Amino acid sequence: MALELFLEGDPIADTKAPRDVPIGERWSERKFRGKLVNPANRRKLTIIVVGTGLAGGAAAATLAEAGYHVKSFWFQDSPRRAHSIAAQGGINAAKNYRNDGDSVHRLFYDTVKGGDFRSREDNVHRLAEISTQIIDQCVAQGVPFAREYGGLLDNRSFGGAQVSRTFYARGQTGQQLLIGAYQAFERQVAAGSIETHSRTEMLDLVVVDGKARGIVVRDLVTGEVTTHLADAVVLGTGGYSNVYYLSTNAKGSNTTAIWRAHKRGALFANPCYTQIHPTCIPVSGDYQSKLTLMSESLRNDGRVWVPKERGDSRPAHEIPEDERDYYLERKYPAFGNLVPRDIASRQAKNVCDEGYGVGPGGLGVYLDFTDAIQRLGRKAVEAKYGNLFDMYARITGEDPYESGMRIYPAVHYTMGGLWVDYDLQSTIPGLFVIGEANFSDHGANRLGASALMQGLSDGYFVLPNTITDYLSAGPFEKVPADHPAIVEAEAGVHAQVEKFLSINGTRTVASFHRELGKLVWDYCGMERTAESLRKALDRIPEIRKEFWTDVKVAGTATDFNQNLEHAARVADFIDLAELMCIDALHREESCGGHFRAESQTPEGEALRDDENFAYVAAWGWTPEGEPPILHKEALEYEYVHLAQRSYK
Amino acid sequence: MATVTTQQAGQSAGANPGPRRQPKTGRFSSSVFKKATMAVTGIIFVLYLIAHMVGNLKAFAGAETFNNYSEFLRELGEPILPRLTVLTIIRVVLLVAIATHIWAAVSLWRQAKRARPIGYVTKKRVQQSYASRTMRWGGIILFLFIVWHILDLTLGAVNPAGRDSLPYGRLVEGFQNPVVVIWYAVALIVLGFHIRHGVWSATQSLGHSNKRRERALNVFATAFAVVLIGGYLLIPFSVLFGIID
Amino acid sequence: MQLTLRVWRQPSPAVKGKMANYHLTDVSPDMSFLEMLDVLNEQLILSGEDPVAFDHDCREGICGSCGLMINGIAHGPEQTTTCQLHMRSFSDGDTIDIEPWRSGGFPVVKDLVVDRSAFDRIISAGGFISAPTGTAPEAHATPVPKVDADAAFDAATCIGCGACVAACPNGSAMLFTAAKVTHLGLLPQGQPERDSRVVRMVAQQDAEDFGGCTNIGECSAVCPKGISMETISRLNHDLLGALRAGAVPTS
Ligand SMILES: Cc1cc2nc3c(=O)[nH]c(=O)nc-3n(C[C@H](O)[C@H](O)[C@H](O)COP(=O)(O)OP(=O)(O)OC[C@H]3O[C@@H](n4cnc5c(N)ncnc54)[C@H](O)[C@@H]3O)c2cc1C
Ligand code: HEM
Ligand code: HEM
Ligand code: SF4
Ligand code: F3S
Ligand code: FES
Repeated sequence: MALELFLEGDPIADTKAPRDVPIGERWSERKFRGKLVNPANRRKLTIIVVGTGLAGGAAAATLAEAGYHVKSFWFQDSPRRAHSIAAQGGINAAKNYRNDGDSVHRLFYDTVKGGDFRSREDNVHRLAEISTQIIDQCVAQGVPFAREYGGLLDNRSFGGAQVSRTFYARGQTGQQLLIGAYQAFERQVAAGSIETHSRTEMLDLVVVDGKARGIVVRDLVTGEVTTHLADAVVLGTGGYSNVYYLSTNAKGSNTTAIWRAHKRGALFANPCYTQIHPTCIPVSGDYQSKLTLMSESLRNDGRVWVPKERGDSRPAHEIPEDERDYYLERKYPAFGNLVPRDIASRQAKNVCDEGYGVGPGGLGVYLDFTDAIQRLGRKAVEAKYGNLFDMYARITGEDPYESGMRIYPAVHYTMGGLWVDYDLQSTIPGLFVIGEANFSDHGANRLGASALMQGLSDGYFVLPNTITDYLSAGPFEKVPADHPAIVEAEAGVHAQVEKFLSINGTRTVASFHRELGKLVWDYCGMERTAESLRKALDRIPEIRKEFWTDVKVAGTATDFNQNLEHAARVADFIDLAELMCIDALHREESCGGHFRAESQTPEGEALRDDENFAYVAAWGWTPEGEPPILHKEALEYEYVHLAQRSYK
Repeated sequence: MATVTTQQAGQSAGANPGPRRQPKTGRFSSSVFKKATMAVTGIIFVLYLIAHMVGNLKAFAGAETFNNYSEFLRELGEPILPRLTVLTIIRVVLLVAIATHIWAAVSLWRQAKRARPIGYVTKKRVQQSYASRTMRWGGIILFLFIVWHILDLTLGAVNPAGRDSLPYGRLVEGFQNPVVVIWYAVALIVLGFHIRHGVWSATQSLGHSNKRRERALNVFATAFAVVLIGGYLLIPFSVLFGIID
Repeated sequence: MQLTLRVWRQPSPAVKGKMANYHLTDVSPDMSFLEMLDVLNEQLILSGEDPVAFDHDCREGICGSCGLMINGIAHGPEQTTTCQLHMRSFSDGDTIDIEPWRSGGFPVVKDLVVDRSAFDRIISAGGFISAPTGTAPEAHATPVPKVDADAAFDAATCIGCGACVAACPNGSAMLFTAAKVTHLGLLPQGQPERDSRVVRMVAQQDAEDFGGCTNIGECSAVCPKGISMETISRLNHDLLGALRAGAVPTS
């Protein structure tokens, strides 16, 4: 192992989960042991919540309902536009409405296994327990989940699950869940309990006496930089897939909030765990600005295939049945088209690498609905997936009923994020991290329909119950406006803005982002090798240097300047990319979304090394040029026994 | 802990500015309520217009029937009620209705003006009908027409037959002039459009339209407007071409 | 493809705006409309000019951020969002006019970006079901007939883009408000607040400098989610019912 890349620090551990009671009792036990805040005192406590996605929106609404004073920040114009809105497929819950053998324990088990034994059992079990409450909550808010003729909720099986536990709202589950949270949020805005700051970006964290006490933000409309103080800070700022430039994330999704908190001392866990989604619309040209996901639910009725002949350029419907290779069904008879995402993605990449790919550049495989249309009728297929088919047709100009879809994997979700304990508190006291922004529940891979569950679980049910233990010691001493920590943080933000505007180089921010993205995709994407990661680690510092000397940022510091916003985000992506590669390089095993080509079974499956790597890698920041510090949190499996994942 | 920002204590940057105007929740200020009153008064007009058209068609039965009918209107309710009572009631209802209708129209028009202080350089229509676009100016033409029409046929003030003539005489004398006929025809066509959109719109405003009915309603509105306006147009043209004299 | 763009440029709300002309070459028909603007912006940045500001985020037609008046039609010639519009809908040599949404309720922030926070305030006025976290009954306690659930869903698909306002000759936000009133009003959970919700939301909408609806139907015709005119009828019905029932809120 290359020592100059990083240093190893002290191990860390979660001390909050009450391990002395059985796993099923730990969550209620934790709630019981945690200290509470008297209702009369809650008004006096201010909580900053950054982000209005499922996690942030639900948390802000719930904390405000409980009586705290909440200040909410987000960068879009409306809280309803957080990227959670884009989730299509569904949300898991162990309701067992289908009587098909589901239970909290099974969801727990599937999620731990799905995460390839790199998640924390306590957190996952709590998630499974809370899953059922989420559905109740959302239905009460008016979320229009799909229903059956009898008026009861419909379920489907999703992304590798053998039970039907996924609740959905056509292909727009994220939208409907987010609108539910948004409505609850707006109700609290009307009640005066949430103070809102739209189009406002968090650019630094204010840490006073070791505690998170506020944030420095830039008003994206006026360019004004201000500091907001509070008793606790909550980050629900989403994932960082956009480090790859092309991903299924919204254009504005970024790592800035968590990265800057990381620079203030919060450990960053498992940055290299990224999830590749198997069913995206393939890239069509260089100008492409983002990738569009086709819901994974399509795999329930669609069959994945490539031509048996390399480079077969006939249109899909002209290729006869016996000249098609349904490679997932062939290789994984039990799970077929429903194997987990990492497997489906890697297999697609493999067949394309071998030259069987279809469409422009040979980067695509077919997802075919002929069987489903024959079996269920076009009407039923339309009812189920109509909007997805329309979307596909609009983007590609092709008719998917006729020719099926072409799909290819794309970066979709980041399992890594700020390290948090069972209370969702980071290594900076008073800084809580929820939703995709933290690392906590999915391990090395995430099952389909689990992120929505985690976001809402964190936001509605976990954080509002655990944050009280910290807040019970408050209200904390007032921080004077001229406190050195504030002055320094604000000065840093100003300095960065001025720096960007003064470089006046020759390349656009977007060109750097594209270059970085391609580099990370090629060398730290679906498949990684020590060699590719080394290459990336050689190149990233050069990109960083070029960026800081040759970027050209238009406009001024004092108006609505989207180019300047983007520049700050790309600066952080460059730094993050480096840490991702270091993390990927140090983890000399394959697990879940992290596939090291050197570590695979004879059949080409991910091969874990439990002896050496059954830990969370939590990274401490060091100034540029110094190696980051690795803190290990050992993972123990009391309830789900370590086993090789098999989906054969 | 207070909500301090270092620059401006208490006042935070980027916070939503809050409602620019306090919402008024009184029923008369609700745009939807205004629309509903337009619908109700509009329906009153339509009912009146149906009756009026049927009455007008009596012109084909000759001068006597028509004049008797006019007198009948004035005597309606006698001897229980004094002469002109029913007609007066009808007039009052119509006056109140038109006043309300205009109040609501003007109020909504002003609201719409505020709602688009800066116009588009290029604006295309995707689906709106000619009828829906001409409601406001059409309404003004209609109003002017009604005033003129009353001066013409009820009071005879602007009628060649003069103030002391009988209704039938005024009708025949007036419509012998092609200019008058053209003016009536224009006003009636404007009315046709107003009703075409009005019938659909009133159903919608009163909350009785839905996806299933939408098409049928629109077909009905058009058919109704054509029949009504056709009925009205018969008289002036019949006079002009000497069918009625 | 070669294109001439005429774009509304307005540095800030205080400054008067005007249309500016740009020429673009090498536009691919497979580009989305926003990718075409990206190309324009990169060229502007490199030539030292201010790039055109426009709102966008998801670029897959769901977040409702994007929204441009394209050749006089909200979201352009296809009934979809601006980000889902592709250049194959245009022809080589076209001149394309691009303007921001125009409404008193949507003040311009910069160039093509407008402030749509009025929509949030309309929701804030009553577009919710009061169900504080933790108070919910078991989800299957109240079955919802599939027809109602489906109709509620149709209305709930509104993405809050504001095209309805932009297209309406009256600058009315009726379709947006009606979509929410319909979504919540069709569900059993939405019944207790049904009357006050509609009264408050309509009042807020009127207070935000939106126009009143005169059933013109432009809104529904450009709505990327195809929210139907029926929702407006339903809102009217609910509002009149609420007024009859005396639901005039005290706030
Ligand atoms: C296309 C797509 C489909 C998906 N489908 C599914 C699915 O079917 N099932 C499932 O379970 N999961 C799905 N996921 C994953 C899931 O949607 C996300 O993981 C989840 O919604 C993240 O929620 P969040 O609240 O953590 O963050 P987000 O919803 O991303 O919210 C982030 C918030 O933080 C704010 N923010 C970010 N940075 C800053 C900053 N610097 N300053 C201020 N504010 C900031 C943003 O404004 C926003 O409000 C999907 C994801 C994608 C991309
Ligand atoms: C005095 C002049 C008038 C003006 C300024 C006027 C104006 C308007 C306007 C602006 C509308 C609303 C348009 C819409 O809903 O789309 C309307 C509706 C209507 N008008 Fe008039 N109008 C006038 C006279 C009349 C007359 C004389 C009649 C009867 C024949 C009439 C019948 C209707 C009807 C039925 C409606 C539909 C109501 C609704 O939309 O809910 N109006 N009018
Ligand atoms: C060609 C078409 C029409 C003809 C021939 C006609 C004929 C007449 C006549 C003869 C009278 C006088 C009746 C009397 O004094 O006894 C009258 C009155 C009136 N007409 Fe018409 N009319 C026509 C169209 C209309 C239209 C389109 C409207 C409304 C939009 C209208 C509204 C009225 C009103 C309000 C009165 C006054 C009734 C009263 O209060 O006495 N008429 N019309
Ligand atoms: S109703 Fe349609 S056009 Fe209006 S905001 Fe909603 S989605 Fe956009
Ligand atoms: S276009 Fe306008 S007038 Fe009403 S029906 Fe639509 S809001
Ligand atoms: S960018 Fe999200 S809808 Fe267009």
